[in-house]
Amino acid sequence: MSVEALSRVQFATVAIFHFLFVPLTLGLSALVAFMETRYALTGREVYLRMTKYWSRLFLVNFAVGVVTGITLEFQFGMNWAEYSKFVGDVFGAPLAIEATVAFFLESTFLGLWVFSWKRVSKGVHAAIMWVVAFASTLSALWILLANGWMQKPRGFALVGGRAQLVDFGALIWNPYAWIKLFHTSMAAFTLSSFFVMGISAINLLRGKSEDMFKRSFRIGATVGLAASLLIILAGDLSGRQVAEYQPTKLAAMESQWDTVSSAPFYLLEVPRPKAERNGIEALPIPNMLSLLSYHSPTATIKGLLDFPADQRPSVAVTFWSFRIMVALGFLFVLLALLAVIFAWKDSLAANRWFLRIMSFALILPYVACELGWVLAEMGRQPWIVYGLLRTVDAVSRTITAADVLISLIGFILIYGFLAAVDAYLLAKYARQTEE
Amino acid sequence: MTLQVLWFALWGVLWAVYFMLDGFDFGAGMLRNFLAEGESDRGLALAAIGPVWNGNEVWLITAGGATFAAFPLVYASMFSFLYLPMLLILFSLIVRGVSIEFRNKSEGAKWRSWWDWALAISSLTAPLVLGLGFGNIFEGLPIATDGYRGGFWMLFNGYGLLTAILFIALFLQHGALWLEYRTSGSLAVRSRALASFLWYVVLGIAALFLVATAFATRIYDNYLSRPALFLVPLLAVAFLVAVKPLHARSRVLGAFSASCAAIVLVLATAFIGLFPDLIPSSIDPAASLTAFNSSSGQYTLRLMAIVAAIFVPIVIVYQFLAYRFFRAKLAKGTGGEDY
Repeated sequence: MSVEALSRVQFATVAIFHFLFVPLTLGLSALVAFMETRYALTGREVYLRMTKYWSRLFLVNFAVGVVTGITLEFQFGMNWAEYSKFVGDVFGAPLAIEATVAFFLESTFLGLWVFSWKRVSKGVHAAIMWVVAFASTLSALWILLANGWMQKPRGFALVGGRAQLVDFGALIWNPYAWIKLFHTSMAAFTLSSFFVMGISAINLLRGKSEDMFKRSFRIGATVGLAASLLIILAGDLSGRQVAEYQPTKLAAMESQWDTVSSAPFYLLEVPRPKAERNGIEALPIPNMLSLLSYHSPTATIKGLLDFPADQRPSVAVTFWSFRIMVALGFLFVLLALLAVIFAWKDSLAANRWFLRIMSFALILPYVACELGWVLAEMGRQPWIVYGLLRTVDAVSRTITAADVLISLIGFILIYGFLAAVDAYLLAKYARQTEE
Repeated sequence: MTLQVLWFALWGVLWAVYFMLDGFDFGAGMLRNFLAEGESDRGLALAAIGPVWNGNEVWLITAGGATFAAFPLVYASMFSFLYLPMLLILFSLIVRGVSIEFRNKSEGAKWRSWWDWALAISSLTAPLVLGLGFGNIFEGLPIATDGYRGGFWMLFNGYGLLTAILFIALFLQHGALWLEYRTSGSLAVRSRALASFLWYVVLGIAALFLVATAFATRIYDNYLSRPALFLVPLLAVAFLVAVKPLHARSRVLGAFSASCAAIVLVLATAFIGLFPDLIPSSIDPAASLTAFNSSSGQYTLRLMAIVAAIFVPIVIVYQFLAYRFFRAKLAKGTGGEDY
């Protein structure tokens, strides 16, 4: 394999692994802060136990998220040196600002929170967790501003073959990034609520600490329903961004080969990328694709065949990650709706089948979140910066395939080990319901 | 021009502050297994760095991010030329972080002993490879105008290894002083005895380093053309020396502060000597990466200077307050159980 291919596999590995931990950090920090605020306001012991229970799981998850996050900062320079030289002027700024403005805040205050239970009042302690939750979302914003620039570069000028920042306002008001922040935050809350509901369901099925887990489940159900409904809005907004700025990604994720107006949306569609057409196209909803992409029923969708072959992303990967993500998104609304009904009617115990479903459903938002990123990043190919720099031209020139093979094997071993330890600790703490 | 000089200085300051802060985490991490006898001491030693290590490590992430934003060419070159060393630093930091966070999350003796050793070893390898990398940067890397001529094993030269040993020695003393300052009982007593002894070692290695620097690097060229600059290495030595009398009078916080100043000044000595190079070339001065030929545009430098001017002081204030919050000495029964 080439340095480029190996480096791409490595980046995918470390980014996908890191993102297993990010959404739970974003969502659960706020849920724990909410639980502790309830405790501070009501003084009821059940909310204290709830805060401690979920925070133990949060901290295990957070630790792996932090240590795997540094990898990504190192990766750009190690494997993508040509990219770093090309974009550093623009892309480096939000990364440096993220560390300075958000990550310091998050890590310092989390250290404070863990060690200050006995030293500050309930209200102050809860407020510290709110700072952590705020800082983690602020951190996501700056990272997404950096990623948003790769998807929709703006506010720069090409000087001497390198992108130079000329308009910081254009960088920070990039609509692509803000919509992605909305999408990512709602996904994080959906994932975190399903995490809370799933683990609560497991414990309810075992008949443990029923009061605490019923209340936790109810919080998860309510937040989960709101977040999963808002994702539909976020998804619609994201789709329009893609249609407007990344026509090749749109065509690939919809497997649209020919340019057509008033394009229908096929509920059942199977692409045949080798033949450059679709094997199955069935159950059309007339005009729906045009309507979804451009909010106009007659809009024209440019097909893949009208783009040069060397500018098309992989149809199989983008199409299926998009379809499965969307299908899961609607499933989350259905499950969250049932969860709200059962939780608020207090009939969870009578519907053990539903608890069983929810205890397995907790992995589904993880799948959906990862597929969303696979779609975003693979759909941007062959560009690393859309329309500006190709991935093949971005890889470091001074490293060898052997170097990257060594590092890839190292990452797989260490991350495999981290995954095992993380799973062990989460399972241990999930069972440990008493102080 | 001025902005590039300003960012060169900030670049140096971020790295120096990172070593000053994470240095005692590394030192305490390396020493913990040998100084802490028994479970409760080990808990104390962990609680001495537990609340702060992550905030300290963010200085590295900021130093890396600032390098990326202000000197993209340096960031790209440093990380890709030194690919395997960077990988080793990364793996060390990953293992170090989870060792601190996971060690007390399960009770088994084997589990704890595994993480204790993982922490000790990763706390050694991180400064070792960082020292090796910076030592080689001080000497200059074999950069030609059309590429990089270096390899992994050539980093293990005398001066590179000496710099690694200097980093390790400085951080060992720093960590011993921190453990003495933060803990009490037999752990503090043993840390004190070790810190006393390490002072001789550190002073000897630092003297050797300052002499070797004259032969292995061009760092003193800047000093010879502006002799007033010699104040900085003199101050570094003065603070290193001052650790001893402060420590002997049981002014532990004073001794630790002197150690902080010494670490910052040792790095300042090297960075001042490098200027305007961030990464000098050992084979072709024209290929050196300097503050002037490898920086971002004026717009980004100015923007980042404004961001740094506003937020770095804020960070320093709340991190200082967090340190003050945790200033009470840890004693048996007050430390590890919350962790």
